[in-house]
Amino acid sequence: MVDKNLVTSVLKFTEAKDMPISTLSLLNADGEILEGAQEPKIDKHTALKIYRDMNYIRVLDERMIGAQRQGRLSFYVTCTGEEASVVGSVAAFSSQDMVMSQYREHAALRYRGFTSKQFMNQLLSNDLDLGKGRQMPIHYGSRDLNYMTISSTLATQIPQAAGYAYGQKLSGNDTCTICYFGEGAASEGDFHAGLNIAAVSKCPVVFVVRNNGYAISTPTVEQFVGDGIAPRGVGYGIPAIRVDGNDILAVHAASVEARNLAIEKSTPVIVETMSYRLGAHSTSDDPTSYRTSEEEEMWRQKDPIERMKKWLLGKGWWSDQQDHQMKDEYKKEILGALKSQEKRQPPVLDHLISDVYQIPPAHLREQYSELLAHIDKYPDHYLPNPTKGHDSYHKPAAQFS
Amino acid sequence: MPKINLLQAVNSALDTAMDADSRVVCLGEDIGEFGGVFRATSKLQEKYGKQRCFNTPITEQGIVGFSIGLAAQGSVAVAEIQFADYIFPAFDQIVNEAAKFRYRSGDQFNCGGLTIRTPYGGGIAGGLYHSQSPEAYFCHTPGLKVVIPSTAYQAKGLLLSAIRDPDPVIFFEPKAIYRAEVGDVPDTDYELPLGVAQVVSTGTDITLVGWGAQMHQLHRAAKMAAKDGISCEVIDLCTLLPWDADTVAKSVTKTGRLIISHEAPRTGGFAGEIAATIQERCFLSLESPITRITGLDTPFPLVFEKEYLPDYLKVFEAIKASVHF
Repeated sequence: MVDKNLVTSVLKFTEAKDMPISTLSLLNADGEILEGAQEPKIDKHTALKIYRDMNYIRVLDERMIGAQRQGRLSFYVTCTGEEASVVGSVAAFSSQDMVMSQYREHAALRYRGFTSKQFMNQLLSNDLDLGKGRQMPIHYGSRDLNYMTISSTLATQIPQAAGYAYGQKLSGNDTCTICYFGEGAASEGDFHAGLNIAAVSKCPVVFVVRNNGYAISTPTVEQFVGDGIAPRGVGYGIPAIRVDGNDILAVHAASVEARNLAIEKSTPVIVETMSYRLGAHSTSDDPTSYRTSEEEEMWRQKDPIERMKKWLLGKGWWSDQQDHQMKDEYKKEILGALKSQEKRQPPVLDHLISDVYQIPPAHLREQYSELLAHIDKYPDHYLPNPTKGHDSYHKPAAQFS
Repeated sequence: MPKINLLQAVNSALDTAMDADSRVVCLGEDIGEFGGVFRATSKLQEKYGKQRCFNTPITEQGIVGFSIGLAAQGSVAVAEIQFADYIFPAFDQIVNEAAKFRYRSGDQFNCGGLTIRTPYGGGIAGGLYHSQSPEAYFCHTPGLKVVIPSTAYQAKGLLLSAIRDPDPVIFFEPKAIYRAEVGDVPDTDYELPLGVAQVVSTGTDITLVGWGAQMHQLHRAAKMAAKDGISCEVIDLCTLLPWDADTVAKSVTKTGRLIISHEAPRTGGFAGEIAATIQERCFLSLESPITRITGLDTPFPLVFEKEYLPDYLKVFEAIKASVHF
């Protein structure tokens, strides 16, 4: 419907530059509050937890890249450079809120309380992996921590997050969903489907889009022509904000307000964090073929962890000595967990067919029996430890009948 | 028992499910006040409110994605895709997400509360985009259940089971017989088991297997064959995934002959799967080759719909050929 007050006789096209979206920034590179800005309220306990978890993930990523190069892991993806975007946002949410993430947000899972051993169990696909050895490394999930299991398919979690949040609204318990994805995923149809259906259904969901400059090798200039992702939210009638994703205070303050809006107004909100993927896309990628070391260096100077550290030091909440000690402890803890968890067995073979359905149907049990009979003929070829026989590998299929 | 048609039976099942469980939510294009383009959701919004029965934007991937999330949260989501021909934008959400939700999380999360209802099939002059039978695509996806009723009684009982089943279900509704198919349907809440085929009429010479609207063609062909002294056993599969191979194998062991019929194109159609399984199980009982009476390997036609569809005459000819092989 046409708004009568906006009828004009001037023929003029509207362009992106006519509707610019500014970037919220509160901390300068030296960790000082910008002139004219007000320091948002954040208690010391929360600030230090955020800082510690950002550092934990930095150390974890460094060590796991190393482990992958040593052949101890098949694959890995880092969060490096984007720790503030992830931890700063999730810290603004209740532990009862659901997190539906892409795959570069394990810092949020750490913030929720995922342990080093739990990370290793998933990365190594051992018998304690909550996902029962079914997904490639980094596809975490935890029911206990309200962290939805990740899938490799891009953007599928966006309409799902809208539906999850709608269910939360129906149950009336004042919880919401935080949904992460990258600027590349925002080109998928599910992004548009999800934002629109969330807006129309008034779902309490906060979309956090990490605009980190690259989708594998594709820079944002080849991903879209418009002004980033935030204006698309406005287009769908969703409140939108853009923040400096390397500025922990800006990310956190915007996320606190986003959650308030989502719950109080029962509306989706979109937060675009402007950052940079300092590492490769994954261990299968080599960024030197598509970007310069100068560009990377420029962003390294904007390291969100360094910036937060300076702010904490300035407030007298942290010291260099504590910093060294923390990093050493994390290194030790992570390497210890890697060592202990890689000694564990793989999951039992029954998990080949469990959970496809709540109860394996007859045809699947039949296929499984045929497989077991075949394995019995060639145990040396299939069994991870033939000397231990089937006990180390699978239990009888009878448990399904 | 009141006599109602298949469409009214679907409506009755939704009404019954929503009345019995406040977690049941219906969503889809035009399903609100309007009651859906076929009126399957008629009066549900009026009765249960806009929060539990509502229109969505035109986005099939959005509808299914939203419903997966809703089901994962603990609601019971019943999504309508207006025509099965339009389910493909949601293919990724169905095949990669819904079907794998429980498995990939190690059973930490599931979307078993999800049911996708969608009208399918030809016979309504719908041409290539209002006539398709895409069931085989979904039968190739572990994690899904695929259900197709052929009578009003089945429609209510199977849909109630589908809604309450712990796994995601795609429920294809034979729209050609939405109104033509009338039968006794109890007002009460009842369920029919998924994965169980129904032997609709017993016979000794040949087994005819089908589902949905095709059952009418099989019955009619069986009646013609009976006049020629051929006794047909007619089986309604009801659930395609997982399908009741035992019932079909038992029948073919007795009759020695099998015809499978579906509207979908032959190549890669579900009849191929049934034929392969039955020749493995009943090889020594077979008296003639298993025959498929299906649509042609073309897009669904408009003016040549009658020629394309696997009707009772094609089935009748196949019965005679099989018996006289």
